[in-house]
Amino acid sequence: MSTIKKYLKVLKRPSVHYSLGFLTLGGFIAGIIFWGAFNTALEVTNTEEFCTGCHEMRDNVFEELKTTIHYTNRSGVRATCSDCHVPHNWTDKIARKMQASKEVWAKIFGTIDTREKFLEHRRQLAGNEWRRLKANDSLECRNCHNFEFMDLTRQSKRAMDQHSTALASGEKTCIDCHKGIAHHLPDMKGVEGW
Amino acid sequence: MFNLVNMFNIRLLKKSLPALVASVALLTSVSFASLTYAGQEYISTLRGEVHLNKEPQAPAIAKVENTDEKRQRAYPMQPPTIPHKVDNYPVNKNANKCMSCHARDRAEESQAPMVSVTHFMNRDGNFLAEISPRRYFCNQCHVVQLDSKPLVENEFQDVYNIIGEKK
Repeated sequence: MSTIKKYLKVLKRPSVHYSLGFLTLGGFIAGIIFWGAFNTALEVTNTEEFCTGCHEMRDNVFEELKTTIHYTNRSGVRATCSDCHVPHNWTDKIARKMQASKEVWAKIFGTIDTREKFLEHRRQLAGNEWRRLKANDSLECRNCHNFEFMDLTRQSKRAMDQHSTALASGEKTCIDCHKGIAHHLPDMKGVEGW
Repeated sequence: MFNLVNMFNIRLLKKSLPALVASVALLTSVSFASLTYAGQEYISTLRGEVHLNKEPQAPAIAKVENTDEKRQRAYPMQPPTIPHKVDNYPVNKNANKCMSCHARDRAEESQAPMVSVTHFMNRDGNFLAEISPRRYFCNQCHVVQLDSKPLVENEFQDVYNIIGEKK
């Protein structure tokens, strides 16, 4: 208690040895360094290497992603884990990262550390993501697939019919129809539209 | 083929004497086989005229027709072919993507043709509420069509042609 009080006293007292200019400029530069370091660390947690660092992701969902068009395709553009599972917008991103602390908990206690446990939880885990994408109008899809930029005439008739009606009117959002495009599906019994 | 025999020869000569003696019999049988083979004409196969020990040039992967237009059936009982892509459509224990459009209760929204009534019948001819498990795996009968050259000539005759010829 007394040590905390001592430090508080030091903080409250004006500086004796350092000039105001040094402190403001120093604080500014230190701020840039701290912010840069924080952001870099945050971005590291968004990389494919980081996500596949754990066997839960590497052996289950990442293996499934590899067979889909979002992993490899004719034009060589890849949407990796964070592109769909982490919001790009800063505040949303921080909120999602805070939510991820629960995933750290699950990692420590091995909630899905075997294939069987993972399959048992698959419906719930998929449901979390469907709910999130439904709530934000499939924002992570739309980060790349902008409806305004879509050339419907270059789509198949089936796709054009759906996109020009249900999607255009906002009645449906991407995830309503495009479930399981990057990963295998859980048991779809009771899921709307299946 | 003769190069192959030569290659055998060189390799065999390098081996020790007991092995050489043992392999003389093998060598004669190999050369005999190759001679009779060389005497024959090539048999035309789907593989093309490429030696077995050579890797033929693979043909380009054909594109799936994706026109969404119904095709004529070759005979009345023919399962209709799929007129669109079905890449990565799961049909397994967990999900059946086909049925998310072609099911009875999905057809109104999707405007896709509902699976025919025969799909609801079990093997005793009774109608079930859902499609019968024996009809669950769509791709057993319904397949996409490729935009590719046929490998062999198709001599199928439409039944109307046969009736017309007989008249």
